[in-house]
Amino acid sequence: MEWETVIGLEIHTQLATKSKIFSGAATAYGAEPNTQACAVDLGLPGVLPVLNQEAVNMAVKFGLAIEAEIAPYSVFARKNYFYPDLPKGYQISQFELPIVGNGHLDIEVDGVTKRIGITRAHLEEDAGKSLHEDFHGLTGIDLNRAGTPLLEIVSEPDMRSAKEAVAYMRKLHELVRYLGICDGNMQEGSFRCDANVSVRPKGQKEFGTRAELKNINSFKFVEKAINYEVERQIDLIEAGGTVVQETRLYDAAKDLTRSMRSKEEANDYRYFPDPDLLPVYISEAFKAEVLTTMPELPDAKKQRFKDQFGLDDESTTILTSSRETADYFEALLAASGCEARLCANWVTGELSAALNKAGQEIADSPVSYDRLAGLLKRIADNTISGKIAKQVFEAMWQSEAEADEIIEKQGLKQITDTGAIEAIIDKIIADNPGQVEQYRSGKDKVFGFFVGQVMKAMQGKANPEEVNRMLKDKLHG
Amino acid sequence: MSLTADEVKKIAHLARLGIDEQDVPHYAEDLSGMLELMAAMGAVDSENVPPMAHPLDLHQRLRNDRVTERNEREKFQAIAPQVEAGLYLVPKVIE
Repeated sequence: MEWETVIGLEIHTQLATKSKIFSGAATAYGAEPNTQACAVDLGLPGVLPVLNQEAVNMAVKFGLAIEAEIAPYSVFARKNYFYPDLPKGYQISQFELPIVGNGHLDIEVDGVTKRIGITRAHLEEDAGKSLHEDFHGLTGIDLNRAGTPLLEIVSEPDMRSAKEAVAYMRKLHELVRYLGICDGNMQEGSFRCDANVSVRPKGQKEFGTRAELKNINSFKFVEKAINYEVERQIDLIEAGGTVVQETRLYDAAKDLTRSMRSKEEANDYRYFPDPDLLPVYISEAFKAEVLTTMPELPDAKKQRFKDQFGLDDESTTILTSSRETADYFEALLAASGCEARLCANWVTGELSAALNKAGQEIADSPVSYDRLAGLLKRIADNTISGKIAKQVFEAMWQSEAEADEIIEKQGLKQITDTGAIEAIIDKIIADNPGQVEQYRSGKDKVFGFFVGQVMKAMQGKANPEEVNRMLKDKLHG
Repeated sequence: MSLTADEVKKIAHLARLGIDEQDVPHYAEDLSGMLELMAAMGAVDSENVPPMAHPLDLHQRLRNDRVTERNEREKFQAIAPQVEAGLYLVPKVIE
């Protein structure tokens, strides 16, 4: 039988506020345990939550970016469950009236664009962390994370393959970073993904029973976990079994998913409006104000790069993959005054490769855009060839010297003195009569040999076009 | 609408309340009475009344995104039953 996979994703993004969603405690990652957990975060009796304005701004910003409906009136609710890293015995979340509803994100897989619906995005507080290492048979609780603002983004079950799920997740990751509402750090848990996965016979309308895969914290693992789960469900059904609705945990080391707990009972969260918090009203004026702080979004930027600079799909995809990369490219373009094509090639080629190799982000690039601009200017005015430029770039990566200093110091200037080039060409022709004979009898391939010899003799410093032109003249003459 | 003994036990479990078996019929009767009261309210025509999320007709006040809390771990942990290495210790949680 042919099966169809159905996937919906729930993505938790930690909002990049300085303080928590309902208290004035700091949200900075990596602090000593419980030093950023105040009375509100600990759920001590008598405390009251007060909503952080910036968390609301960020949620609205996200909603506007996915062309969603921003609720003029939204309500916080209590989600009741017991777990030691949730001190109040309930999580403040949103249930019936979330702040963002009904938006979408367009993804591209194998050259085909597909629209993925976003059902809702709601504000809630993060829980603390349980440390299960052995504390004499007890569990350690760190509540620094408790109360960190989260925007939970829930998609429609619109994805049909692990590949589409990963494309959606990447697109969303790119978007929240562009918007500056989440740092996107997956290792630190700033961007976490749960996947609802089910299968159904191709052509069937009703969805199959789904399993929820929890906390899969890298793009690679999302793809692997979904693929494993799909196979498991198909094997199970084909062997006469039935899929049960449950939460499953992905084990990256063994590349499999395993049952965590049956959801039936645990799922009884008994939501009700939180009496400690009043409804949130969002006016048109407020939305308009947030709109003025919106940066250019990835899709729009990509299109502009194509239209304005005539760049192709491949390089615009890389250049707009993060706001920092796009900013670097535009700054380089402005500072160098070179052609967009040349700037794009260097950012997506040499620079990206060097950053990858060093494991560095473009924002911390050892070669800043203005230093790189200094190098590109020398390519554009023919002071150095593209090949020598790579050598200069490497030296710039290792030091703080400007391109001009390196070119000067290492004597890398292109030789434009045609007399000097001519002398070398004459010598090489005289030294290789056999090859000259071959060339003149129609073996065009030998031409490359001559170019190579000349460039070698000139240590790569001759202008290749000039060498080509002069060689042809001499050999034909 | 009246609750069964099993439903009462389930609610108690969800709320982590330990109740005596002998009190179950009493709770069932009591809670059922409350549900009947709600059912009675359902008879009122509320067609044109918007749902209310809070008895006060006010907006949520928002606070500026500023860190205003200092580290007071020492004080908080002084009243905790057991702490170690800055962590609150609780009975082992098994998933």
